[in-house]
Amino acid sequence: MTARRARVIAAWLTCIALAAVIVARGRYVSDMSAFLPARPTPVQRLLVDQLREGPASRLILIALERGDVKIRARISVAMARRLRLDREFTGVENGEPVTAERDRDFLFQHRYLLSETVTAQRFSAAGLKAAIAESIAGLASSEGLMLKSLLPRDPTGEMLQIIDQMSRIARPQMQEGVWVSADGERTLLVAQTGAAGSDTDAQELALGAIRDAFAAACLEFPAADTTASEEEEAQSCQVRINLSGPPVFAVAARSKIQHAAVRLSIASSALVVALLLAVYRSPRVLVLGLLPVATGALTGIAVVALGFGAVHGLTLGFGITLIGESVDYSIYFFTQSAIGASSGASPLSWQRRQWPIVRLGMLASVFGFASLLPSGFPGLAQLGAYSVGGLIAAAAVTRFVLPELLPGDIAIRDITPWGSRLEHLLRPVRRMSGAALWGMALAAAGIAALMLYQQRDTLWNRELSSLSPIPLSDQRYDAKLRGDLGQASALDLVVISGPDLESVLRGAERASRKLEPLIDEKVIGGFDSPASYLPSLATQGARRGSLPEHSILRGNLAEATAGLAIRSDQLAPFLDDVESARRGALLTPQDLRGTSLAAGFGALILHQRDRWNALLPLHAADAAAPNIDLARVKQALAGAGSGDTQLLDLKSESDALYRSYLHEAIRMSLAGLAAIVALLWVMLRSPARAARVLAPLVLVVLCVAATLSLCGRQLTILHLVGMLLIVAVGSNYALFFDAPRHADGNDALTLASLSIANVSTVIGFGLLSFSGVPVLEDLGMTVAPGALLALLFAAVLTPSRPRGASCRPQGSDSA
Amino acid sequence: MRRAIGVALLVLLVLPGAAARAAPDDLDELLHLLGTRRHGHVDFVEQHFLALLSRPAESSGELFYDAPDRLEKRTLEPRPESLMLAGDVLSVRRGGHSHVLDLKAYPQILPFVASIRATLAGDREALERMFRVEYAGDLERWMLLLVPRESRGAASVSEVRIDGSREHLRHVEIRQTDGDRSLMTLRDHSGP
Repeated sequence: MTARRARVIAAWLTCIALAAVIVARGRYVSDMSAFLPARPTPVQRLLVDQLREGPASRLILIALERGDVKIRARISVAMARRLRLDREFTGVENGEPVTAERDRDFLFQHRYLLSETVTAQRFSAAGLKAAIAESIAGLASSEGLMLKSLLPRDPTGEMLQIIDQMSRIARPQMQEGVWVSADGERTLLVAQTGAAGSDTDAQELALGAIRDAFAAACLEFPAADTTASEEEEAQSCQVRINLSGPPVFAVAARSKIQHAAVRLSIASSALVVALLLAVYRSPRVLVLGLLPVATGALTGIAVVALGFGAVHGLTLGFGITLIGESVDYSIYFFTQSAIGASSGASPLSWQRRQWPIVRLGMLASVFGFASLLPSGFPGLAQLGAYSVGGLIAAAAVTRFVLPELLPGDIAIRDITPWGSRLEHLLRPVRRMSGAALWGMALAAAGIAALMLYQQRDTLWNRELSSLSPIPLSDQRYDAKLRGDLGQASALDLVVISGPDLESVLRGAERASRKLEPLIDEKVIGGFDSPASYLPSLATQGARRGSLPEHSILRGNLAEATAGLAIRSDQLAPFLDDVESARRGALLTPQDLRGTSLAAGFGALILHQRDRWNALLPLHAADAAAPNIDLARVKQALAGAGSGDTQLLDLKSESDALYRSYLHEAIRMSLAGLAAIVALLWVMLRSPARAARVLAPLVLVVLCVAATLSLCGRQLTILHLVGMLLIVAVGSNYALFFDAPRHADGNDALTLASLSIANVSTVIGFGLLSFSGVPVLEDLGMTVAPGALLALLFAAVLTPSRPRGASCRPQGSDSA
Repeated sequence: MRRAIGVALLVLLVLPGAAARAAPDDLDELLHLLGTRRHGHVDFVEQHFLALLSRPAESSGELFYDAPDRLEKRTLEPRPESLMLAGDVLSVRRGGHSHVLDLKAYPQILPFVASIRATLAGDREALERMFRVEYAGDLERWMLLLVPRESRGAASVSEVRIDGSREHLRHVEIRQTDGDRSLMTLRDHSGP
């Protein structure tokens, strides 16, 4: 016995040590990757890249609210100045024309490569005459002064053309020299981080830098001395800062999930510990009782780390759920073996009598969760792996390790009387005839099923945002800021992929030609393109090639100016500029350095390994109606002639992805249910018994789903996971009630130990309902009531009952 | 661009009622007369005399004014465009595009805006803060010479001359530091 004990404990400790090493060396992530498919299609890969690294994922929207508009403007300027020096940010915009001077120099110098109107025709005598006449007409307009200084060098007005090209996109309103919302209530800035959106640590640093910049700017502008109301006097500045955008959400979600997981783990652990202490009356037993839970959790994480490479934060968050079931094992073990020690029960007899029941319950749970393993949704597959590994480990520790560690002299409160009282309470219901009970159960199931059927179209939430840990109010605020900024949400993109920069720039130019008519047709408000910052070499080359030689141009110019109000000798600088453009080099991305164009260009080009992507975010024609008619965009692009051009609607693509997960999860859960049915059928060797065990669980799931739906909750994938958990936990209850009862008060003891296990589960999941994280709330509000109902239904429906009035095969009524 | 708008704005703003003080009583009278106008609608022809051009470039259109702070210069020829000042917001509409500019982003324009505000409100003090003002003639045939006091507002404008008769403006001439100038002639609106 001693040698055996040593062997068992050594093996257990070795396993723990191994798991601990794996867990310690594991990689933990908390970005969107849990929601991204393991084997994505090309479109899904684009989607993944966009969500992780795309320009949309790196945009932080900054709103300054309250306080005086002038002070807000000065804070905006001070913040922008400071943040522009920070290398974390590739761009900070607040409406100030900061780099305008340098940008203008660059654009002017390279106007013959950048202007779309540069063609051979334009430099013929007739073309020049028309262009110069137009410029002279322009001298009489509000642009006259600028034109006047440019005209000798740029008589064809290429610079104006470029400015026009660059300003196709609507900008936010201005007040006090900076961007403000349409209602003037908010002063707005936009910062783009250099780090990818999936780099949550870097995003957190960036957010910190923004808050620091705000605090520093605020100090320079203390609250107006007279108007500060009482409670605001303590603040150095009346202006408030609000941040939004994907990086903000990612950081908030991570800390929220972490906080919720930690806080709730502590709270539910404390409550469960208090409960168990009250039952066991022995700290030592309590500690022993937590060993299966701890081992299970550790093993679960290790299994995920081994199987997936990286453990998602969400999986850890769900770790709490495992406490729900694995703590049950030790509760069964202690209450059912140690308490009855005087009446002949012992760990040995527990192993003989109750362990097979627990094992079957555990196997049923494992079958249920294993159904999630093949899921293409890594988050779900991780949850499955975590649960399977954790449950097997917890059960094995309960069965093999706990008996070896159990001290001989433990005394646990006898909970049989408590069980008897429960039994007494249940007796009136149990006395009802089987037909009546089953009739009621069938009726309830029927009603619930009918309700669910009627709701079938709206039953499931099919939007990925339903899984977002971000509250709806924050999502709405974000949408409002984007509206204020008149900005592309970057949710609708045309993406051109290719093997090199030149090919995607050419693709972007082709797509631009298809998209431009849509602006006039008001299908879109505009679009960004990397090619408007840097045309492809082919386009630049064609423009350079269309510039005539010096002597030819001189002749054309002389011909063109005849009859115009300007003499050709005043345009000599033009001849020189064209000649130097003709001999100059074409532009590459390096030439953009030092201008604001570099950031704009960089944001729209995505380079990964051997793939280049050019991104053309579409702007809605009307900020009030942000939905773009994508069918028409698609139709327009159809003629772009390249299979590498794709229209990516991030929202509907990600929703479609989520829908596929949801459908997959529903199918898999049904497969898991079928596996559990088969398992019970085989192990119990009786379809009738299997049915008695399963009926209460199916009834609970139907009732919970119907109730959630009745309360206006749309079901998500997390509710589905919750239902799996109900089946996993509830199958233990039902199996215990199904087991033959003995004449030693076993029924009361079973009822008592099950109810203690149940209370601990309800505590754990009940607390999740208050976590403030929508996904965890979904889980909690499914499982907590579900577990309670499962115990109740199983206690009433499962015990085998006499077919006749008098015949009781295994009598417990003698107790 | 900025300068262009500055000058355009100047034209736009100075037009309906700039006033000055040389003979204080007459100036007060003129100011009061201009300030009582609530609405105005005139045609204009503007000639731009530029060193670059062998003959002046010409534009024409209409001006609209609504007290106290709404002003539109609608150019019809040769190239349609509209400059509209409402409150502190200047909008430029040209071709299919419309730009909105915040005057506060263009500090060199600000004095002119303030001056027109001051004039319309009868606030001579504010006006004189911005310009050195000379007044000549009498109410029936008056002339104002406005010279920007601060160099930032005068980056390209050396002086503005306005002449008129009673509450009617006849000519607005803007002279630039490089010698170029524009002359706007106003006529009562004809036609529909």
